[in-house]
Amino acid sequence: MLTFILKRLGLAVLVAVTVSFISFSLLFLSGDPAAALAGETASGEDVEALRRLYGFDRPMLVQYGDWLFSALQGDFGESYYFKLPVASLIAERLQVTMTLGVCGILFALITAVPLGVVAAIRPNSIIDRVALFLSVAGQAMPSFWFGLILIVIFAIQLGMLPPSGADSWRHFIMPTIVLGYYAMPAIMRLTRAGMLDVLNSDYIRTARAKGAGESRVLFKHALRNAIIPVVSLAAVQMGFMLGGSIVVESVFALHGAGYLAWESIARNDLPTVQALILVFSMFYIVFTFLADVLNAWLDPRMRSA
Amino acid sequence: MLGKTTTTLLASVLAAGVAMPALADKASGTLNVAFTKELENVDSYFNSSREGVVLQRAIWDGLIYRDPETNEYVGNLATDWEWIDDTTLEFKLREGVTFHNGEAFNADDVVYTVNFVAKEESGVKTQRNVNWMESAEKIDEYTVRINLKDKFPAAIEFLSGPVSMYPDEYYAEAGPSGMGLKPVGTGPYKAVEVTPGQHFVLEANENYHDSPKGQPEIEKIDIRTIPDVNTQMAELFSGSLDLIWQVPADQANKLATMDQFTVANESTMRVGYLQMDAAGRSGENPFTNKLVREAVNYAINRQELVDALLQGASKVVYTPCFPSQFGCNQDVTEYEYDPEKAEELLAEAGYPDGFTVDFYAYRDRQYAEAITSYLNAVGIQTNFNMLQYSALRELNMKGEVPISFQTWGSYSINDASAMVSQFFKHGSLDSTRDDQVLEWLDIADSSTDPDERVEYYTKALQRITEEAYWAPMFTYNTNYVFKNEVAYTPTPDEVLRFVDMSWN
Repeated sequence: MLTFILKRLGLAVLVAVTVSFISFSLLFLSGDPAAALAGETASGEDVEALRRLYGFDRPMLVQYGDWLFSALQGDFGESYYFKLPVASLIAERLQVTMTLGVCGILFALITAVPLGVVAAIRPNSIIDRVALFLSVAGQAMPSFWFGLILIVIFAIQLGMLPPSGADSWRHFIMPTIVLGYYAMPAIMRLTRAGMLDVLNSDYIRTARAKGAGESRVLFKHALRNAIIPVVSLAAVQMGFMLGGSIVVESVFALHGAGYLAWESIARNDLPTVQALILVFSMFYIVFTFLADVLNAWLDPRMRSA
Repeated sequence: MLGKTTTTLLASVLAAGVAMPALADKASGTLNVAFTKELENVDSYFNSSREGVVLQRAIWDGLIYRDPETNEYVGNLATDWEWIDDTTLEFKLREGVTFHNGEAFNADDVVYTVNFVAKEESGVKTQRNVNWMESAEKIDEYTVRINLKDKFPAAIEFLSGPVSMYPDEYYAEAGPSGMGLKPVGTGPYKAVEVTPGQHFVLEANENYHDSPKGQPEIEKIDIRTIPDVNTQMAELFSGSLDLIWQVPADQANKLATMDQFTVANESTMRVGYLQMDAAGRSGENPFTNKLVREAVNYAINRQELVDALLQGASKVVYTPCFPSQFGCNQDVTEYEYDPEKAEELLAEAGYPDGFTVDFYAYRDRQYAEAITSYLNAVGIQTNFNMLQYSALRELNMKGEVPISFQTWGSYSINDASAMVSQFFKHGSLDSTRDDQVLEWLDIADSSTDPDERVEYYTKALQRITEEAYWAPMFTYNTNYVFKNEVAYTPTPDEVLRFVDMSWN
């Protein structure tokens, strides 16, 4: 197991460095950073002044080397836009996004896994159909539209929840539902499909034939195997939620890291974008790594993979 | 950023009659306002956003103040000023003024501020606002001179606008980052809470000097950044916002039908125009031919664009500047909508069947598309390219844009130099490169005689319009929506002035 973990760790570091280099190169191809930085009202001469000031006239490899060297020491530079250290800016925004992401994935798992299991036990029943309907609706409904509907009902009509902001736990209820509901259908369908597959397999029949109780068959034998792909999917979904919660953050004015990333790209705030790409890819890598470890624990055969 | 189909959803649902809690904040004395864009650094020299200008006017003062209604200049932190020579301005400063942190205002503050911002290395974001100043020197405790690099008659306008006075001791220690987090000025409001990009709380400055800005009436201003306009409206309906601005016309129209809100519409200094590559920087192209440029000018129904799309206080313009700007004479060649004449001119120019060209735009896609449909109608087919502003400007600077729909807001500076001199003085964004225009603008920009300035701006504007270098089209407007408890009359320069607001 230790060899497996070390191998995966080495791979993760390699992926992180590669991602940072590719993203760095791509950013430089996406337009003149000095022009974006200068904003709408600046003249051509303002842009030239900024280009010199920020050293955009140096070769790209030199700029990447400098950045990587500082980044390894935890210094991601200063945001061009906010004029603040990128590390503290991201740390502050990540709190909101992490809270939202964790709540969202928990909401998705708590609703999707039981629904998926029940739907698999009773295929074509009412519960199965309801689960199917929920999953189709979840995937068909745009997040911003769902978010606005919730705001109209719960914030304006009923006055139960605040429409936007991140000042208390109540502010997170609607965003969690919207974000979680987006991740829920895939998890539910995978749980259902996995359970159906496993429930029809030989070892479950054997377990039943040996007289194991139904709940023991379901949770000890079936779910443990059916859940393996779900763990991997949830890890990827979690990574996606952190980086991709832009729409939810925008609708609910949450000012998280996702929205910061979107805005920073539009503003060509390179130090912030570079740091965010690294942070987000690290999350993906860490979650995937944890999912691999968890899966290897659930299914020892995977350790040799 | 969200779909247009949903932008009306909220308004429709709410207009249908939804029960709303009445949560006026008049009682608490707090006015809740929303910004759409995340404001960068609050330090007014290190941001270039409209939101930044709004905070700048609330937190800081300049030496001079321009009355937004009469456009008259009066003393603010200075009580008096005079031109010593063409490049030296002397100011008598107001005595007894203190900054929000208790520091007394005097000549040292002016000297420090000017000497800091005028240096290119300080990295002031909008260099044009400050790079006309060379330095400042103290004559005595309350007398100071500002030395200009060159003749610059718009100095008074700039000193009444973006050039704020900072406390020398505090700024020397805090720098732009510190000032951005804990801003200190002499203005009518002091910043008590700053969460960068998200949340700003201002409190009335109870020691505010006898400024022409007037005294603040509303005790507290709570500003939150809410990027989505629909969410802003939801907050307005749920009672947690009192004022929103830059509201799109369709939503403002719906809100105007509801009793509890006041919708005010006012023009902004932003002008929309078509820029054509008359200088042939993108290679030989049809716009190097004056007849083609005239055809473009005749092809567009400006009034229809204003009536159908911009609405409100927007107006048709034929000048490459905003009509209220000093020197922006309206006595120029006007091109009334005449598509047939446009077609004739194209034929005369050697394009009887029209031509195809790359057309660029960076904002207001619906306006840009409407404009291209007018061009298509007279035979100018367009390959439509919608770009990020930075990408378009990069192309523009390289001279690779044959025709583009662009806009310019002049930083709310009420002087023609802030627009016409920006684009017609052979800078990297000048697609015209007319030596005659350059010569006249040089005179107008540097003369200290107002009559002479007007004369030469007029000459330049007449030549620009006669040669049809651009197709200026319309001015923009903004919708302000606020609860009936709030009393406010917006000004044409699109600066939200909290000091002018009160409770009904």
